[in-house]
Amino acid sequence: MYGLVDGNNFYVSCERVFQPRLDGRPVVVLSNNDGNVVSRSAEAKQLGIAMGAPFFEVRELLRRHKGQALSSNYALYGDMSRRVMARLADQVPAVEVYSIDEAFLDLHGLTAFCGTLDARVQRLRQDVLRCTGIPTCVGMGPTKTLAKVANRLAKKYPELQGVLRLDTESRRERALRALPVEDVWGIGRQYAGKLHAHGLRTAWDLSQVSEAWARGQLGGVVGWRLVQELRGQSCQDLNPSEDGTLARQSLSCSRSFGQRLTAFDDLWGAVTTYLSRAAEKLRAQGDQAHILTVYLSQDRYDSRVPPPYTRSATLTLPGGPSSDTLQLLSYGRRLLERIYEPGRLYVKAGVVLDGLEPPGRGRQLDLFAPAAAAPAPDAGRAQQLMRTLDALNRQFGRGTVRPAATITPAGQPAPWQGNARHRSPAYTTRFEDMLVVG
Amino acid sequence: MTTIELFDVGEPTTTLWLPVFASLVPAGFPSPASDELEELFDLNRILFRHPEATYLIRVSGESMQGAEIHAGDLLAVDKHLEADHNHIVVAVVEGECTVKRLVRRGTSWWLQAENPAYADYCITEPDNLRIWGVVTHVVHELIPGKLTALLRSRD
Repeated sequence: MYGLVDGNNFYVSCERVFQPRLDGRPVVVLSNNDGNVVSRSAEAKQLGIAMGAPFFEVRELLRRHKGQALSSNYALYGDMSRRVMARLADQVPAVEVYSIDEAFLDLHGLTAFCGTLDARVQRLRQDVLRCTGIPTCVGMGPTKTLAKVANRLAKKYPELQGVLRLDTESRRERALRALPVEDVWGIGRQYAGKLHAHGLRTAWDLSQVSEAWARGQLGGVVGWRLVQELRGQSCQDLNPSEDGTLARQSLSCSRSFGQRLTAFDDLWGAVTTYLSRAAEKLRAQGDQAHILTVYLSQDRYDSRVPPPYTRSATLTLPGGPSSDTLQLLSYGRRLLERIYEPGRLYVKAGVVLDGLEPPGRGRQLDLFAPAAAAPAPDAGRAQQLMRTLDALNRQFGRGTVRPAATITPAGQPAPWQGNARHRSPAYTTRFEDMLVVG
Repeated sequence: MTTIELFDVGEPTTTLWLPVFASLVPAGFPSPASDELEELFDLNRILFRHPEATYLIRVSGESMQGAEIHAGDLLAVDKHLEADHNHIVVAVVEGECTVKRLVRRGTSWWLQAENPAYADYCITEPDNLRIWGVVTHVVHELIPGKLTALLRSRD
């Protein structure tokens, strides 16, 4: 069973911990330079303030209702996120940090010792609330996608008391029928329109399509996996952020290693690879990140390893938001050094970029417009370097130019690369893998 | 009412190993105690029993001077601990944070100042009061100004 826990109105909730006078009032947090609304309290939502709304459009409304707008304080949000994640990691077998306010929980095997899973998860929420002041909701399901579905509904319906578990067929069907198809994890705006045009309105409708249709209409294997996940069949590799169709407020990249790793350099190679990839995606959607998280996981099935199995470190970028791979790597290394312990066996690493905003000081930008082609040209050499890097990799293939830490001796796979021994050659797309006949 | 100011903790603290000596330090003649080095002790483990639930908060005002809590001091506040009689707590009263001693008198609970110039606050409406956290330690500087300068330099 997977769980997805996320903080309710996370940025606003962080502010309220230290400013209790904001409780019960409409509160919004604004993006860089106070441009747009990026987080809303329940009261602000009730006033009809939309996510991404420009501040000048809602200022008067907030004033009339004794509301408050706050500039974003990423140093605070990053520290509160670190605390929430640490509390979670202390209490469940495994945590995958997904964004500043979201984490997947591996809940397999918990029920046997701990009473009902619902009670256990309620205690987890109480613990996070008590230690950090952040209220959360938790969705549970046999797949990550269903855990996301459950979380959406747990948030939407207060009578669920913050927890929903989709573990029976009837519950799953009822939940999927209640969820609009555009709210399914991984369905971007582009796909939502297409699905509506085909008469698919709910997550349930989407779960009923054929494999051929999903592969044909929803981006090949990614779309088919999504449908399978909705049906309750877990697809380990599912990673909807790969589809690149939707500009996100958070980007993550994580993989399990092909073998257990213990050397710092091997782990650094893995983190460098994931962080380079995440930075590339960040630039592709025209954003910069305020907050960087790096995490390492140990094998939770190894009885010699005491919990917590995942350790993460979070940093608010001291020099302001960035999309520069080299800069992100220098911070990433510091974070890795902080969580790395010699002698431990690690099975997974991941990076998360958060607090994403387009660059350009003082400009009013629509957070949810399709990703801009490129940030405004700048004389900065670092930006030029990144543009050149991206252009080379676009033209000659991913990873043609990359940081030296990811390079391994010729012919040897990197130690952090996943096991793919059973994968057939890329007959049609790789020159070396082309079928050879005599 | 004493007001408090949150201090940005920033990056997590790293372990600081300090030697602990078995012999007590006499307040008279100093003795070379290096032979009696017992073990290395991480001060953070004493000060921060629940690191993820501990917050550093600064004090303003002198309503707690009787408890040796003064303006400019740093408080370690643990949100994990359950507040009880006689604890010094950070409490939220009508939307404002304040540091006071939580005491039970008969059947009623009070937020008690440690300064005769300040009135105690009776918790008549439990709904109007929330315990934010329990104060576990006070950092009081004996060289005036250094702490403030250090904290300011982080901004």
